[in-house]
Amino acid sequence: MMGNLLEHMGVDRDRVHFSWISSAEATKFVDVVKEISEKVRALGPNKKFVKDYNK
Amino acid sequence: MDTCIEKIRAIGADLLAKGTVEKVIGFANGSIPMATRPVAVTSPKDMDKLVFNCVCGLNLANYVSKNSLSKKEGKIAVVAKGCDARNLVTHIVENQISRDQIYIIGVPCTGMVDKRKIAALFEDEITGFEEDGDTLTITSASKTETVKKADVLRHNCGVCTHRNPPVYDVMAGDPVEEQTLDQPYEDVDQIAAMDPDARWAYFEKLTQNCIRCYACRNACPLCYCPTCFVDESGPQWVGKGQDETDVTTFHFLRAFHCAGRCTDCGACVEACPMGINVRDFTRKLNKDALELFGWEAGLDLDKRPPLDVYSPNDPNDFIK
Repeated sequence: MMGNLLEHMGVDRDRVHFSWISSAEATKFVDVVKEISEKVRALGPNKKFVKDYNK
Repeated sequence: MDTCIEKIRAIGADLLAKGTVEKVIGFANGSIPMATRPVAVTSPKDMDKLVFNCVCGLNLANYVSKNSLSKKEGKIAVVAKGCDARNLVTHIVENQISRDQIYIIGVPCTGMVDKRKIAALFEDEITGFEEDGDTLTITSASKTETVKKADVLRHNCGVCTHRNPPVYDVMAGDPVEEQTLDQPYEDVDQIAAMDPDARWAYFEKLTQNCIRCYACRNACPLCYCPTCFVDESGPQWVGKGQDETDVTTFHFLRAFHCAGRCTDCGACVEACPMGINVRDFTRKLNKDALELFGWEAGLDLDKRPPLDVYSPNDPNDFIK
């Protein structure tokens, strides 16, 4: 529901990821991080929910 | 709806006289027309202070949790519309009060009016307000307007499907007919139909006038934490200024704290001095709670809220 609300507010869904990884699941952790990195890289820099200190 | 008040007063006076309850929490007239305030009546002779009309927009369940924090107090009677009663149920389910600490005087409700809609009809200050059934007569120094209540109803009351209290000790009137809606979440769907940037712009515009007064939080019966996350200074979860990121963070988190708990009573919008429809956030959560968990808050004393319990059938397609 949190992801849905963020999406509803206009945050790209591919920036928000939820995962449950045990300390014993090193390979799953690597896979998930790789996937997230790729998805976020494809979206480019985030402009939402970021403070602009130069204003 | 006006007819209910005599019954409410009679029930309240009887409860106080018999000593069943220590006080009756209800609505009293405010200091200006079209305003009501919560009041706690402790003596039968003060019972005529109580009013009930279509401007009782706050949620009285809010005044129970704070009052009953000290367990020494006796039983409290609460005048409860459908939504107030649902919030009392939520209080009980969340162990804020026990069922035997409160006496619910249920009031069948035909909706509250949106004071901003009425104020928009006038250029000057409203000096008089009369309610007669479905017709409202509002006067100012320059003119008198007669409007149908249905035309100036608050949005949440227009889409309300629980006008009668689901749980009560006594009803102060005959139950009113419940509404059935084809599209209960049309407003949410309209926002969802926009593209992500347009949605972001919509919510940014929505909250741009927010002054961070936290009236929405204070009016909300769900917000009973001793220290709210916005007031916490160690750690400081969210910036206190009016930076738009902080404002959005506040609204997002405030809403999320109501996930699966909100009864859409509209007290937050009623309390907002800037006219921000903060329900745009909570409505999405209410829609999700209904669609994902088949849940509407405050209807059943014996069911746990969806985010409170684990079920093997919980939707889990969002998690890897």
